[in-house]
Amino acid sequence: MNADTTHGNILIANAIKDRRESSLEKISNRFGGGLLTSMSMCVLAFLYLPITVLIAFSFNDSRILSLPWRGFTWRWYEALFANADLQQAIWNSIYVGLIATLITVIIGVPAAFALDRYNFPGKTLFRRFVLLPIALPGIITGVAMLNMFSTLGINLSLETVIMGHATALVSVVATQVFARLQRINRSMEEASADLGAKPWQTFWYVTLPNIRSAIVGSALLAFTLSFDEIPVTFFLIGRENTLPMYIYSTLRRGITPEINAVGTLIILASLGLIILSVWLLHDDRKKR
Amino acid sequence: MRLATRRKLLQASVLSAPLLWTFLFLFLPYMILTTYSFYEKKFPTFVPAFQFGNYYQLISDPQYYQVIFRSGWIGGLTAICALLLAYPFCYFLVFVVKSARVRLALYMAVIIPLWVSYLLRAYTWKTILGYEGILNSFLVWAGFLSEPTDIFIYNKFSMVLTLTYIFIPFTVMPIYTSLEKIPRNLIEASKDLGAGSFLTFLKVTLPLSMPGVIAGMTFTFCLTSGDFLAPFLVGGPDGFLIANVMITQFGAALNWPLGSALSIIMLIVVLTIISLSDRFQRAGRLDLG
Repeated sequence: MNADTTHGNILIANAIKDRRESSLEKISNRFGGGLLTSMSMCVLAFLYLPITVLIAFSFNDSRILSLPWRGFTWRWYEALFANADLQQAIWNSIYVGLIATLITVIIGVPAAFALDRYNFPGKTLFRRFVLLPIALPGIITGVAMLNMFSTLGINLSLETVIMGHATALVSVVATQVFARLQRINRSMEEASADLGAKPWQTFWYVTLPNIRSAIVGSALLAFTLSFDEIPVTFFLIGRENTLPMYIYSTLRRGITPEINAVGTLIILASLGLIILSVWLLHDDRKKR
Repeated sequence: MRLATRRKLLQASVLSAPLLWTFLFLFLPYMILTTYSFYEKKFPTFVPAFQFGNYYQLISDPQYYQVIFRSGWIGGLTAICALLLAYPFCYFLVFVVKSARVRLALYMAVIIPLWVSYLLRAYTWKTILGYEGILNSFLVWAGFLSEPTDIFIYNKFSMVLTLTYIFIPFTVMPIYTSLEKIPRNLIEASKDLGAGSFLTFLKVTLPLSMPGVIAGMTFTFCLTSGDFLAPFLVGGPDGFLIANVMITQFGAALNWPLGSALSIIMLIVVLTIISLSDRFQRAGRLDLG
C-alpha cells in the first residue's frame, strides 16, 4: 500500500469520525470527561483531606480535636520535645530500621542474584518463601516468628523485632533488585570477564553501578516500612517501644493533639526520604 | 575444571546467606506454627499433641467462624469500594490527562500516602468520625445538627471507609499499569468500526484491564482481611476481624494452639486466593493473543 492511499484512508476515517462525534457522541464524551475529572478530584480530596486535617490539628490550641478553630499554637510540639518516652521510642525505631534495612540488603541482594542467575535444587520453594511475606498479612509472619522464638527460649527485645522486620522486608529488596537484574544487559559483564576481570571486579565495576539505584531505592523503602511497622512488631516487641507501638499504646488511653504533632513530623520526614530517593535515582540516571 | 569448581564455590557463597536466612526465619517458623496448631490447650498453657481439636473449634464455634466470615465480608466490601474509586481515577489518568508530567504527578499523589504511617492514616479517621470528632463538631457548629451523632463511627461504615482509605493505593497501582498497557490502536479500531465510547469501554478497555482489576482487588482483600488496626480504632463492639482474634489468643486468652490454627487457616485462604487470582490474570492475558 502506498503512502497516498494510507493518507487518503486516514482522511476518510477522520471525516467519518468527525461526523459521528459531532452529534450526540461529542456531548456525551464531554459530559463523561467532566464526570471523570470531578470524580478523580474527589478521589484526590479523599486521599489528602484527612492528611491535611491531621497536620492542621497539630497546631490547634485545644486538647480536644474539634471545630471551631481555637487558634494557633506550638504547644503540642513543645510537649513532644519534653516527652522522654517518645524520644526513646523514636531512637529505638531508628535503630531497628537501620539494622533491619542493612540486613535486608545483605540478604536481599544475593537472594535476587540467586533468583536471577543460579539454578539449584529447591529454587522454586526458595522463591516462594522469600516472596511470601509480601503477599501475607504481616501478622502471620509475626505470629510464626513469635512461636519460633518462644520455642527456642529467646527473650523478646528490639533485636527480635529487627529479625522480624528484616524477614518481612527482604522480599521488598529482593523483588526490586531482581526486577533490575532482569533488565540489565548481560553482555557488559561477559565483556568484563573476557577482558580478564575477576568475578568480584566485574561485580564491583560493572554490575553494581547498574543495580545501585534499585538497591538504594528499595533500602529507603524498607527503612520507611520498618519505621512504620506494626503487625510484626506487635508480637515480637519486648519492654522497649518502637515509635508506632508507642503511638498505639498512647491511643489506648485516648486521642491527644500530641499524636498529630508526631504525625506531622513523620510526614515531613517521609517526604524528605521520598525527595532524597527521587534525587538519588535522578542523579544516577544523569550519569549513565 | 578448576574454573567450574570456583564458580560452584562462588555460587555457594552467594547463596548461603539468603538460604540460611530463609530456612531459619521463614521455613522453620511456619513449620513450628503448623506444629503448634495441633497442640492442646491445658491450663495454664498448652501441651504437645497431635489432634485437630483447634481446627474443629474454629469451624464449629460461631464465635470464631463468624469472625472469619466477617473478615471476608469486610475485605470484599473494601475491595469493591476501592475498585469503584480507583478505576475511574486510573481511567482518567491514562485516557483523559494529556500531559505525561501531570499524569506522573497525579499517580505519585496516590502512591505517596503509602509512605505516610499506616497507623496515622487510620488514627486520623478516628479523630474525624468520632462522637466529639471533627465532622460532628463541624456539623453542630454549622447548624446542621443540634447535637453530635454516633452514626459515623464504630460500625461497618467507618471500618470500610478507613480500610478503603488505607489500601486504595494498592488497588490503583495494578489497574493503572494494566490500563496503560492497552494498545491505543485497539481502542481506535473499535471506534472506527462504529462503536461508541461506552461500547468501546465495555468491549475493549474493560476486558483488557481485568488482570489489573483482579490483582488490585486481591491485594486489597488480603490486606484488609488481615488488618487489626482499623477494628481497634474505628470498629464497633462486634467489629473484630481475624487478626484481632489472633491477638487475643496470643495475648489475654493465652491459647497459642488456637491462635496458630487460625493463622494456618488464614495462610491457606490467602494463598488460595492469590493463586486463583494469578490464574485468572493469566487467563486474562491470553485473551490479548
